Amino acid sequence: MLEAAGLECVRQKRTLFRSLSFSLTRGERLRIAGANGSGKTSLLRILCGLLTPDAGEVRWKSEPIGALREEYSRQIVYLGHAPAVKDDLTAAENLEIACRLAGFPAKAGAALERLGIAADVPVRKLSQGQRRRAALARLVVSEQVPLWLLDEPYAALDPQATAIVDALLAAHAARGGAVIFTTHQETGAAAARVIELHA
Amino acid sequence: MLDAALCVVRRDLLLAWRRRGDVATALLFFLIVASLFPLGIGFEPNLLRAIAPGVIWVAALLSSMLSLSRLFAADHADGTLEQLLLGASPLGVIAAAKAAAHWIVSGLPLALIAPFIALQYDMPGELTPVLALSLLLGTPVLSLIGAIGAALTLGVRGGGILLSLLVLPLYVPVLILGAGSVDMAAAGMGGEGQLLLLAALLVASCVFAPWAIATALRISME
Repeated sequence: MLEAAGLECVRQKRTLFRSLSFSLTRGERLRIAGANGSGKTSLLRILCGLLTPDAGEVRWKSEPIGALREEYSRQIVYLGHAPAVKDDLTAAENLEIACRLAGFPAKAGAALERLGIAADVPVRKLSQGQRRRAALARLVVSEQVPLWLLDEPYAALDPQATAIVDALLAAHAARGGAVIFTTHQETGAAAARVIELHA
Repeated sequence: MLDAALCVVRRDLLLAWRRRGDVATALLFFLIVASLFPLGIGFEPNLLRAIAPGVIWVAALLSSMLSLSRLFAADHADGTLEQLLLGASPLGVIAAAKAAAHWIVSGLPLALIAPFIALQYDMPGELTPVLALSLLLGTPVLSLIGAIGAALTLGVRGGGILLSLLVLPLYVPVLILGAGSVDMAAAGMGGEGQLLLLAALLVASCVFAPWAIATALRISME
């Protein structure tokens, strides 16, 4: 499905990784591990096309993602460091907008219920962990999107939410989707293949 | 594609409505600046009538620029800009929608208020439609050009000053044509020529600016 060939990333004159190659098939979970500043986020941003690698390329079904652009965007969900929710909108409004921009109809109510978030409260009034949950609700509605790229999906979550995310990732893999995620925690990593980045 | 554009416009308008204070600041700025001139200059009807188009246009230009730095910065800070970049529709369409929302919030109201401001300058009644029309055609160009600057200076330290330096020179043709159209109409020669040029400028920026904004955003997000 996804292929990374000879990726190199240089940030502030420091080479984070060089000639990094791997491929990902359906139903696979890939964990990117490494210390802070080892380039995990940069690698994810390269894989979703936000960042151009200094060398090498990323291919989706053997076509370079640079040529596919929106075509490729439709095949991925990217959850970055920032929760990507608007403070002044409610969790439901945020989720509906995210779905419409991703090009599919929204079923916000059920998704937010699953993560235990009140639909009609402005996100501003939620705690950090609840905000994170509101962001993760996007995964519930993105079942049909084949590739999930998640940056620290377990950050700021309580055990209950961690279990929900675990279940979501496992279900996605069982469905034939692929997941690439970064985390420091060992939770949920058991079933995943690991790539270790050394700065 | 159109659905995504409408979604972005609706979202930005909703956000503007929830933060009405920010929008009101820019409009109040326009009102106050344009009202200070008659107070400062005093009762000299001929002078006021002569400077009216220029002053109102400069005030509109500065007021439209006031909210530019927030255009992409807020989305950048909370991560929603990344999601816009990774959306299912072309980034140019999203960029155009963002500029359109900016215009509806900070350009369109100016064109609607301007005729009332013109009263303070004793502007003849037949000139106010020309003034409003020139603002109606010119302010979208300001939003589109401004959005290019806002995208380029995204995440740059001291971006606000840089944005003004970058964008103000590009605003000059709009200012000259906009104020000029009212001046020509006042001189009895009709402002149609300038208005048509403004319309041409609007069409050209509608075509090229979204592409430029999209490219600038991609560069800034790297």
